[in-house]
Amino acid sequence: MHNITRLLLSGCCAALLSAPALADNIGMPGNMPKSYAAECASCHIPYAPGLLPSKSWLGIMHSLDKHYGTDASLDPKSVAEISAWLNQHAAGSRKFAEPSPDNRITSSAWFARKHREVGKEVWLRASVKSRANCAACHRQTDKGDFDEDNVRIPK
Amino acid sequence: MHKTLLLIALTFGSAAWAASPQDLLQQYEASSGKASAQRGQQLFVNKHGREWSCASCHGSTPNKSTQHIVTGKTILPLAPAANEQRFTDAAKSEKWFKRNCNDVMGRECTSQEKVDIISWLLTIR
Repeated sequence: MHNITRLLLSGCCAALLSAPALADNIGMPGNMPKSYAAECASCHIPYAPGLLPSKSWLGIMHSLDKHYGTDASLDPKSVAEISAWLNQHAAGSRKFAEPSPDNRITSSAWFARKHREVGKEVWLRASVKSRANCAACHRQTDKGDFDEDNVRIPK
Repeated sequence: MHKTLLLIALTFGSAAWAASPQDLLQQYEASSGKASAQRGQQLFVNKHGREWSCASCHGSTPNKSTQHIVTGKTILPLAPAANEQRFTDAAKSEKWFKRNCNDVMGRECTSQEKVDIISWLLTIR
């Protein structure tokens, strides 16, 4: 095999091997509105905007009174402020931009793929409780870092 | 002193002022009957034709941290004796009453219900 070919092949291998880890650290933008932390993070973790496309965030923000079984309604000023921030940092052209049927992060195809090795009983443990409870296993959720290296599944 | 302040608050038509749970109680009592802690407890721990009671998320003796019944997120204690932040911000209390009464009862709580619940929460150590 030619040296160039060898070089290209090893380069591609390195890129492929490191890509998944890098791809899972989607980050948390630094200018989170106070209202996002105060309102949206009172019942669940503050989800990183990069986990959903703009269209999904829009759908969620315009149906807060019927928010997955609860009333999460907000004053118009907070809705505008939070929507703008979510839209600005929403998933772009990457895999997280797949729309999911009910705009849930947890019902998208990529979520299912990423968690296919997690046993059914894990979701039922009291320490986990729900697929929406990312922080139960992902230790760096607040930084938007879902890298596999930072996962510890509790008993 | 309290009556004057209450008058001012009512005059400006806003419930945006409250420095303590007792102040908030007084504001609500202006448009309700006398508080009953016993009624408040019944309201809090019972279901009202829907899936959840207040206790489902806050616990039936709300003096400890609990977990949100769906998401598992930690909820700090609701009783003022266990959490001095509770009911010190009228706007915040109003907002959560509006949402959570809708979840539990399918409607807003009346002033009487708010008064009963707060007065019961104030008895909890």
